[in-house]
Amino acid sequence: MAQVSMTVNGKAVKRSVPDTTLLSEFLREHLRLTGTHVGCDTSQCGACVVHVDGRAVKSCTMLAAGADGASVVTIEGLAKDGALHPMQTAFNDNHGLQCGFCTPGMIMSGVDMVARYKAEGRELTEAAIRHELEGNICRCTGYHNIVKSIQDAAARM
Amino acid sequence: MSEGIGARVKRKEDKRFITGKGRYTDDIRMENQAYAAFVRSPHAHARVTGIDRAAAEAMEGVIAVLTGPELVADKIGNLICGWAITSKDGSGMKMGPWSALATDKVRYAGDAVAVVIAETPAAARLAAEAVAVDYAELPAVVFADRALDPGAPQVHDVAPGNLIYDWEIGDAGATDAAIAGAHHVTRMEITNNRLSPNPMEPRSAVATFDEAEDHYTLYTTSQNPHVARLVLSAFYNVAPEHKLRVIAPDVGGGFGSKIYIYPEEIVCLWASMKTKRSVKWTADRSEAFLTDAHGRDHVSTATMGFDKSGRITGFKVETIANLGAYMSLFSSCVPTYLYATLLSGQYDIANIHANVKAVYTNTVPVDAYRGAGRPEACYLIERMMETAAREMGMNPADLRRKNFITSFPHQTPVIMAYDAGDFDGNLDKALKAADVAGFPARKAEAARRGKLRGIGYSCYIEACGIAPSAAVGSLGAGVGLWESAEVRVNPVGTIEVLTGSHSHGQGHETTFAQVVADRFGLPIGNVQIVHGDTDKVQFGMGTYGSRSGAVGISAIVKALDKVEAKVRKIAAHVLEAAEADLVIEGGAVKVAGTDRQMAWHEVGLAAYTAHNLPAGMEPGLKEGAFYDPVNFTFPAGAYIAEVEVDPATGVTEVVRFTAADDFGTIINPMIVEGQVHGGVAQGIGQALLEEVVYADDGQLLTGSYMDYAMPRADDVPFYTIEHNTTVCPNNPLGLKGCGEAGAIGAPPAVINAITDAIGTNDLAMPATPQRVWRAIQAARPAIAAE
Ligand code: FES
Ligand code: FES
Repeated sequence: MAQVSMTVNGKAVKRSVPDTTLLSEFLREHLRLTGTHVGCDTSQCGACVVHVDGRAVKSCTMLAAGADGASVVTIEGLAKDGALHPMQTAFNDNHGLQCGFCTPGMIMSGVDMVARYKAEGRELTEAAIRHELEGNICRCTGYHNIVKSIQDAAARM
Repeated sequence: MSEGIGARVKRKEDKRFITGKGRYTDDIRMENQAYAAFVRSPHAHARVTGIDRAAAEAMEGVIAVLTGPELVADKIGNLICGWAITSKDGSGMKMGPWSALATDKVRYAGDAVAVVIAETPAAARLAAEAVAVDYAELPAVVFADRALDPGAPQVHDVAPGNLIYDWEIGDAGATDAAIAGAHHVTRMEITNNRLSPNPMEPRSAVATFDEAEDHYTLYTTSQNPHVARLVLSAFYNVAPEHKLRVIAPDVGGGFGSKIYIYPEEIVCLWASMKTKRSVKWTADRSEAFLTDAHGRDHVSTATMGFDKSGRITGFKVETIANLGAYMSLFSSCVPTYLYATLLSGQYDIANIHANVKAVYTNTVPVDAYRGAGRPEACYLIERMMETAAREMGMNPADLRRKNFITSFPHQTPVIMAYDAGDFDGNLDKALKAADVAGFPARKAEAARRGKLRGIGYSCYIEACGIAPSAAVGSLGAGVGLWESAEVRVNPVGTIEVLTGSHSHGQGHETTFAQVVADRFGLPIGNVQIVHGDTDKVQFGMGTYGSRSGAVGISAIVKALDKVEAKVRKIAAHVLEAAEADLVIEGGAVKVAGTDRQMAWHEVGLAAYTAHNLPAGMEPGLKEGAFYDPVNFTFPAGAYIAEVEVDPATGVTEVVRFTAADDFGTIINPMIVEGQVHGGVAQGIGQALLEEVVYADDGQLLTGSYMDYAMPRADDVPFYTIEHNTTVCPNNPLGLKGCGEAGAIGAPPAVINAITDAIGTNDLAMPATPQRVWRAIQAARPAIAAE
């Protein structure tokens, strides 16, 4: 068993979990934060993306123990004081989701990519968004409105 | 802004999904929950000669290890196919036995042999590994075009030669004669590649047996929970219908694959009774590839005859359809009544004949996947039309126009009676939006960059709604394909709509509310859509075949009619006015030309207080309706793809995609366009990327997202979407359906564009870089030599 302490969505949590517990499993099963989804077992789909110390991470590829001491933000922690994050609003405004299963990962990846490009002073073009979404699969939307959502949010963020 | 029919209303359901509050089956945790892990056959075909579970049973956390013979002893029934197809010689289809856990034989790699129930998922998996199964391997048959070979391995004893049925439609003699006398004949061998539906949410089930009540509850990833309950009770004998509640909560996509009742749900229910625990199972993606029903997998020969002017004289099709190792729930109707009945396409063809042989192989069962039969038909026709145009030196758009059906209703020689359409108008809109006139300039510009640019067309038609019940019944369907709805107006005037349709991404909570809002002039916020729970909604047939609008909403409209009739009676009585003088608008019932009115909530209150109702009227304001359509609906459209191929690598990029669709009345254009986007992306996926690949011995080679190429964001362009509306004359709102169009229309458009670019007609899906590069080498040695 591993003793794991971290901050999740601003709250300190501490659990004793089997060594092999993945971060995705830790969030879903131990903290019952089920907004983080698991859509594959080969680290391809991105449904599980969360932020660990400010960076987008596929939580299915990281052990919970590996996030010991880290600050983790999940989809549940993105809205602040009831106000949706601009990326969340943009997904609603632009019909960037259908079944919603890929959506938490898409939004977390979107927030990360906009922030990164802004910090690096690079332009987040349509082509760049499509390329950045390499690790996020959506089966419903054909990506059209996901790309539009991220473009829209980038303008608002 | 209006929230009624035609308004681009933002989705009500989004809030929970964008905040991580969606509630999918795997998010549900019951008290006292245990976990199931399945022991699956590593072989495609083998006899099970022994199962030793002692080691697994002794492992920590293991509650039970259960096998097929116990399931059979408990009288759990075999899985069935619910649509009977009759062969041309009059014999019935050959349905081989499919036990939820194999008893004597396994028939595909992944076939379930045993299940372990344990305290944790990890313990269940570890123990499943420890169950020792002895197999006597048998040779396997895998491919559609090998299944009928003399001496091919036999999958089921009941189906000699692996033939499930040998079915035909149309007039063979007349069609042969028409082709024999044709001025030009186009002939093609066409394969429709095998696909894995891949909704992003893997299948999952949580079953609970309540011993005190003798009652079961199943949470499951289903597109049709009532159908699941019916089948689980009537055929699989798990529990009687009134003792089984099926709930399909938020479901993360379906695309057909969540219509069926699979062994896992049956086993979870049964195991919950055996172990007196809640039993949960969630597939991982590898298990999904191995067990979710696949789609398509046809091998066809098509022959089309034309007269001198380019008019089609006859169309003959021979198809072998691979149905996999067992007949899944609706598998039999897909390559017959959902496929061959659409072989007339958008064209006036006097003579059509199709022969379909369905075969067993040692592969995952094959059933409906987005479009189901209609993409296979469309792909055949539209590749034939493009090829024929090239062979005859005609413009492919002109050849299509020359053959378009232009007057309605139109009876095809293959059952369907098209009710309305404007095929020329669709094509006009597509040609304009795609700027086909500017294509030569774009092609020349691409050539300067060393790219081969091509353009391809596809004019699709589909039959949606899958109805009427009497008609499908006469064709062998085991169920009626109507829909039900109940509209409850509360005393405060808010409205709940209970529907038998199921939303797993389609946005029903918004569009259905728009229909109600439109009717009474209420905000959609006052309308709640209830679905997906057999305890709340009395019955329903679920969502597939683009039927939620044409059938599901029509049922709601019928119930709204009844509500409105009662509202008018109440208001006329209270307002002392004639019913004919009343208008319902803006959330009130008004006496036309006066200032007398009842607010909507006052009507609700009047109905429930019942202090002042017309004599003899029952209190309350709640109406139900069953709607059985009189015909299928026929969405149709024209799609144009433009691609650029790199001749050095064979890499294809879809650079433009234009869709002009006729879906009839549109309730929410934003949602409809989203459906087209998603369908087109799946169509591009089929055309360029996706293919389930089995090795000769039946091992699945595409078992993960590393091997099965899903379309990603940079594989697709922004799409241009146009609408050309002719209303459906056969349902109250004139709806046709939009869910499958993209997946039906896109593949031939893309392949026609590539073959245009590289100058060959011979190219199979998926058009991977290697395939395209080889086709270029074969077709244009001059380019290859550059
Ligand atoms: S679940 Fe993490 S990438 Fe698919
Ligand atoms: S919205 Fe369903 S997978 Fe993206």
